[in-house]
Order: sequence, then C-alpha cells, then structure tokens
Amino acid sequence: MSIQIDFRNLTVKYGHKFALQDVSLEIPEKRIFAIIGPANSGKTTLLKCINRTIDFVSHAKVQGRVLIDGEDVFRIRNVYELRRKVGMVFPLPVGLPLSVYENVAYAPRRAGIHDRHELDAIVEKCLRQAMLWDEVKDRLQLLGTRLSGGQQQRLTLARALSLRPEILCLDEFSIAIDPVTTMRIEDILRELKNEMTIVLVTNLVQQAHRLADYTAFFSASRLIEANRTETIFNQAAHRLTARYVAGDFG
Amino acid sequence: MNKAVDNQALLSSLAVAKSNPFAPTPLEERKRIKEAIAKWLLAIITLMLVLPVIAILGYLVFKAWPILGPSFLLENPQDNMTAGGIWAPLVGTFFLVVISLLIAAPIGVLAGVYLNEYAGDNWATRVVNLAVMNLAGVPSIVHALFGVGAFVLFAGMGRSLLAASCTLAVMTLPVIITSTREALSSVPMSFREACWNMGATRWQTIRTIVLPNSISGILTGVILQVSRAAGETAPILFTGAVFFRDVPEHGWEAFFPYGLHDRVMALSYHLFTLVTQVRGVSDEIQYGTAVVLIGLVLFVNALSIALRSYLRSRKKW
Repeated sequence: MSIQIDFRNLTVKYGHKFALQDVSLEIPEKRIFAIIGPANSGKTTLLKCINRTIDFVSHAKVQGRVLIDGEDVFRIRNVYELRRKVGMVFPLPVGLPLSVYENVAYAPRRAGIHDRHELDAIVEKCLRQAMLWDEVKDRLQLLGTRLSGGQQQRLTLARALSLRPEILCLDEFSIAIDPVTTMRIEDILRELKNEMTIVLVTNLVQQAHRLADYTAFFSASRLIEANRTETIFNQAAHRLTARYVAGDFG
Repeated sequence: MNKAVDNQALLSSLAVAKSNPFAPTPLEERKRIKEAIAKWLLAIITLMLVLPVIAILGYLVFKAWPILGPSFLLENPQDNMTAGGIWAPLVGTFFLVVISLLIAAPIGVLAGVYLNEYAGDNWATRVVNLAVMNLAGVPSIVHALFGVGAFVLFAGMGRSLLAASCTLAVMTLPVIITSTREALSSVPMSFREACWNMGATRWQTIRTIVLPNSISGILTGVILQVSRAAGETAPILFTGAVFFRDVPEHGWEAFFPYGLHDRVMALSYHLFTLVTQVRGVSDEIQYGTAVVLIGLVLFVNALSIALRSYLRSRKKW
C-alpha cells in the first residue's frame, strides 16, 4: 500500500491567525481517510491545500510541502491538471446554472473532450455512480439548480467524478442533506474506494467510524493524532481525542 | 368586600379571555394604528414622487400638441429654426449615442470584468477603484473641458462627431464599469469555486458561468447610459455640437448626414439654442423638441427595463 498524499510540516496562516500548524500526515492510496475535529480546527484548509484552491484565498500564507504521488503540489506548473486529479465536494450542494447533463459534462468539456458519444458515456457513468441516474435520466436537460437539495449534492458528486479523479475530497458533504441521501452517498463511497483515495472531512464522528479505514483528529489547527479508525475510537493515544470521539466536547 | 370585588373582576376578565382568546389587547390596537399610519404615509410619499413626472410630461405634451407628428420628426429645421422639424439634431443625437457606446461599452465591460474577477485586493486596485468613483462624480462641464483638451486639441480631432462621442464615452465609462461589477458580483461565489475546483481556468469560468448569468445586469447598465448620453448638453457643447448644419433632405444621405469629422447637431444642444439664442421660435417647436428628447430617454429606459425583466425571467437559479 503506497502513500498518495504526504503532508510535510504544513503550516497555513490567514493573516496572523494559524489555520494549520506544522501538520505532517500521510494518506494512503485507495482507502477512506476521515478527518474529524471541532470547528475552526483547520480541516477545510487542509483540503484546500490538496488541490491548491488555497491560492484563491488572497491573505493565506503557506509553508511546508504537500506531496501527491511524490510531487510537490506547490511547485506544480499546471495547477489545472492537479485540480482535475482531485475531485471536491463541498458542504452545500452547488448545482451550476446549467442543465443536469452540462453540469456533469462541464469539466470534461473544459479539459478538451468534445466527442458527443464520449461525453454521453461519461455523464451516464458518473450519474450512475452518484446514484442519481434513475431519477434524472429522462430529464437531463432540466436545470441542475431545479433539483432538490439531496439530488443537487449527488449531482455535485457526479461532477467531481467526471474527470476520473485519483483523489476524492468531501468536505462535510452531509450537513445540508437528509439522512437517507447521506446513507446512499456513504454506500457510494464504500464502492468508490476501490478506484480512488477518499479524504472525508466530517463533523459527524459516527460517520467517520462507519466509513473510514483511517482517521485523523485535528484540534485548534494542529493534528492531534492519526491512526486506524478502530484505534482512534477505542484506544486513542491522546486524551483530547478520546473525549472528542466520545462526544464530550466539540 | 374588596377582595370579593377583585375576585369577581378577575373572574370576569378570565371569562372574557376564555370567550375570545384572540381579542386585541390595547397594545395590539396601538400597533395596528401605527402600522396603518406608516403604510399610508409611505404610500402617499411614493405617489408624490410620480406627480412631478406626470406634471412635466403632461405640460410638455399639452404645449407641443399642435406640432407633434411625423413631419416634425422627419423634416429639417428651416427659416432660422422657426419652422420645419428636428430630423438633423435627432440623427445627430443618435450617432453621438451609438458611437460613444461603441467606445465606452467594450472598454467599460472589460475593465469591470478585470476588476471584479481578476484584480486582487491591493493598493493598485484600490487606486483604480478610487479613480473610477471620482470619474463618476466629475461634473459634465468638466468632462467637456477635458474633451476639448484631450480630443479636440491634443488628439487633433477638432470639433467633431468623433471628439464629442469620445467625450461622452469618458463620461459614461465609470458608470458602465460600476454597473458591470455589480452585475458580476451578483453571481454567487460558490459557482466560481465549483468551476475552479474542477480545473477550469478563470477565463473558462467567466465565459461559461459568470457572464451568461450576469449579462442582463450588464446590458441594463449600458442601456441606461444611452439616455444619459442623449440628454447631456455640456459635454458636446465645446467638442462637436453645432448650432445649425445644412444636411441632405432626401435619399440615403439623409440617414447618414454627418461624417466622423463633421460637427453635428444634437437634440439637447438644439433645444438649448432654440430657447436661448434664436428669436421668433414658436412655443410649439421648443416644447416639441423637449417632448422628443424626454420621450427618447423614457423609451430607452423602458427598453432596458423590459430587457432586464425578460432576461431575469430566464435566470437559472
């Protein structure tokens, strides 16, 4: 089992405020890696460093390195290629103001795929993977923004999958959707981990417990500990971790 | 004794409360009255806004009524402005507006896109923002003097249609930039982030998501500048407007009576001269010119409102 993402002494500051302090963490390939921790502990910032969307935060300062397959993302010239390699799903569903079909075909088109049959195949495959195909197959021309919240979140997932990413990052994907949709997406993630590395930021400790092979606990911009999920939940090395997973604070 | 009365009062009040739990208390009554006063006061003041518009329009149309008709629009001024119509100034205004927008709209929209989508929050951007805001606040007569210096003299355009259009363009530019930025910033940031996260470049995001969803606001801002460019007198006063010009009456030349380097007649300046410079102009011609000018402005404004509501109805989120 090889390491897919390797954070080395990563420090991120927003102005004078630390978002991440000296984080070193290895995320293995084709597993589900959960990142848990209270609000403002730097979880989302960590994701932004993986696909370098941290670049868009004008006052952010980054030190340290993030290696993906051994390559430092902050030295990559073609950042767009990097972002195509990393799928992102955000807390709030974002249906782009395009048809369902164009939502999923958006990224492939921007990456230069224009063959109709190829696009059709990608759209169908991604929508099936996101378990949305049966609900929208007869109305692919409907605006993505007209779908329900849960459907839009699965549409977002389908979009993230449209470029066959090697890494899929999910940032609290379930806070705006109903429990049934959440369970369905969790099932999808269990399937997907055969194909890609999944980094799951979550506020729901039980979600991490249910899904993740590994779990890292962050608090106050520091990595407290990372280990196999079973270890984190049963024999946490750090008292803070034990209290957090038991629901004592956070 | 007293206690018994108290109890009775209490009981009866309870009975009332029981009989109608929704009966208004004195506080509720006062709130209701204040609500009514506020509503009517606001409505009356709003109506008072409309009154001047109706009064001005009504008075102008009433005074100009005898002369209004196709021939007034289509004939050129004759007999030292005391007869004929307003075709030459009408066409002049049309060309001034079109050429100034052809200059200002592309520059303004592109600058607005850069400022809103690309420019970081640094001192250079702030200086540009400040400049744009100040430019918007410059009085139109100062724009006119700038036009004389920059276009008429320095650029060597002379007093001409081109120089006057350029001056109008400078005047409308800051508002076009500002309205473009506002239209762009009404597109939710989450759309852009979603695109960037899929590896789309900024320009791809702008072209595919941001512009299609802000075009209604941008167009509205541009069109509103038409009425402003048509109505202003000062900027063209020294830069290209002419008191009278003998232009062709017939044939295709009647539609293109001015070259870029010719001085032009314009409605706003024409009205100004009719009222202040020429003797013996009938009231009808003066008021008629004013009606056409204000009608033009209202027509363009209505057009922009119609366009905006049409594009909004197709809005996708």
